Amino acid sequence: MNTTVAANAAALIETWLATRLTHEQQQWLDSQLIKVLVANSDRDLHITLGMIPRKLGRDDLHLNADALAAANDLRSGWDPSNWSVDCLARVYVLCKLAAQADSGFSDTLTDLCRNADLAELLALYNGACLYPQSDALDRQIGEGLRTNMRAVFESIAHNSPYPAEQFDQNRWNHMVLKALFIDSTLFPIQGLDKRANAELAIILCDYAHERWAANRPVTPELWRCVGPFATDTMVADLHRASQSENQTERVGAMLALSNCPNPEAAPIVDGLPALRDDISSGKLSWDWVSAQLKQ
Amino acid sequence: MMFIDPHAHMISRTTDDYEAMAAAGVVAVIEPAFWVGQPRTHVGTYIDYLSAIIGFERFRSGQFGIRHYCTVGLNSKEANNEELAEAVMEILPRFALKEGVVAIGEIGYDEQTELEDRYFRAQLELAKELELPVMIHTPHRDKKRGTTRSMDVCEEHGMDPSMIVVDHNNEETVREVVDRGYWAAFSIYPSTKMGNARMVDILEQYGADRIMVDSACDWGISEPLGVAKTAKLALERGIPEDNVRKVCYENALAAYGQSGQMHEDDWLNPAPIDQRTVYEGNSILRGGREPLVQEASVKRNADDLIIE
Repeated sequence: MNTTVAANAAALIETWLATRLTHEQQQWLDSQLIKVLVANSDRDLHITLGMIPRKLGRDDLHLNADALAAANDLRSGWDPSNWSVDCLARVYVLCKLAAQADSGFSDTLTDLCRNADLAELLALYNGACLYPQSDALDRQIGEGLRTNMRAVFESIAHNSPYPAEQFDQNRWNHMVLKALFIDSTLFPIQGLDKRANAELAIILCDYAHERWAANRPVTPELWRCVGPFATDTMVADLHRASQSENQTERVGAMLALSNCPNPEAAPIVDGLPALRDDISSGKLSWDWVSAQLKQ
Repeated sequence: MMFIDPHAHMISRTTDDYEAMAAAGVVAVIEPAFWVGQPRTHVGTYIDYLSAIIGFERFRSGQFGIRHYCTVGLNSKEANNEELAEAVMEILPRFALKEGVVAIGEIGYDEQTELEDRYFRAQLELAKELELPVMIHTPHRDKKRGTTRSMDVCEEHGMDPSMIVVDHNNEETVREVVDRGYWAAFSIYPSTKMGNARMVDILEQYGADRIMVDSACDWGISEPLGVAKTAKLALERGIPEDNVRKVCYENALAAYGQSGQMHEDDWLNPAPIDQRTVYEGNSILRGGREPLVQEASVKRNADDLIIE
């Protein structure tokens, strides 16, 4: 089992914590780590993770660009830009543990998840791409995705390389669909374009029809995974969406049509020349759609 | 006026109740761990229950703009199942330090058995070790003597009365509880505990120091607007507004805030991480629905035909 990433991540996090923690906070964390790692105390592990926000606070980290680049260099896709200090410290403890515990780590993680509060769950799952990969870890991540709490779901699905690397097609497709069901967003999902597939396109178009039947809005992001695999009927769906009264919905459909190999798509794109030109010039893009959805 | 309901088993309540409470001005609730209407028989169900009240219920409540806190503990009824009780005592320290846990509770006596006594004492010691307040459930039967005994035991264990809320008081128990320096809570619960007109009588007689009002709403016939309705009635009957604010808001915050886990800023000025994750503010429910407060009138009405 490869623990190098966890060990390196712990070392990098240590440098970030060093600039943020007071001397007392640092001392507290170090002494807890000794209990957890050297004495191997399960009770102290629970207490340490529980006490971290009380001792170290819950402020947002606001890591600078250099730090984020270092994270991405260390583990491609690792993105702690939205982390808080308690989350960082918890992942730090877990990485230290993973680097040492080897095969027992996934059992520990499963046990921690069973007793975790929401902020702890976010930390446990946010660190997923840093832990040694195992079937047990994979099962726990799958379990986490079944949550009803959107933030927990997003701690797995968003801003992480783990899903695109590890999920089979069925889990991937259901993750994308669930994101829509719980009013989450798709753009923070890494590998969204790479993992698009024909079956997902079918599922998403069925979902769009359900929404239309219920007179509910259809998020424009949905079409992003449809375009490359659109059949004739799906192109018709995209056509319908391109006629929407909502500008962002129109743009989403047009972006998908522009990226659609089906010959039916091109005439629709050419029918809306203003949007077409803004897309080819790069003025309109999925980033633009994401920015609208963030507002 | 803002209200805190410091005793509400929201896990048993519907979203209609959350909407009505938010509309009535409730900004925070405290969910004491208790039994769920029938005895649990495995520690595993206890673990899942505690996980639910520290996790999903907190999240659910936050969607309605109500901040959710809880207490964890082994309740007196289930303390009588020794095998279960031992196992629960093992896992309690794992939950007592979670975010939003404001006390050990509700603990105390039901039938005042030896086992109840043993686990009550053990949990007082745990509260002392973790520097957490305690919420005491006073028994339904033999209440007056059970209440006195609860306080006697607390003092035997060297507990500071200012860290202890004695709940489910009535006209017969309040004097001693207040005189001994404990917080005295009253559950406005129809038929079996306090009514709100009686409650206002008590406020007239005792003032507002160290007194708080809760609904104790649960799976029985109970009233999630117990705090808001009592406040309204008290104001109508001429209780000074400052006193109403104390018993329906400030005292609960002062008592349970001693945990370090409950701050006025949590609802007035929430941390960015909370706004992203657990607390949606007192305005909208996800999914593009209209603001709650305006639509929270009675929904349980068959003439309100359209369901979208």
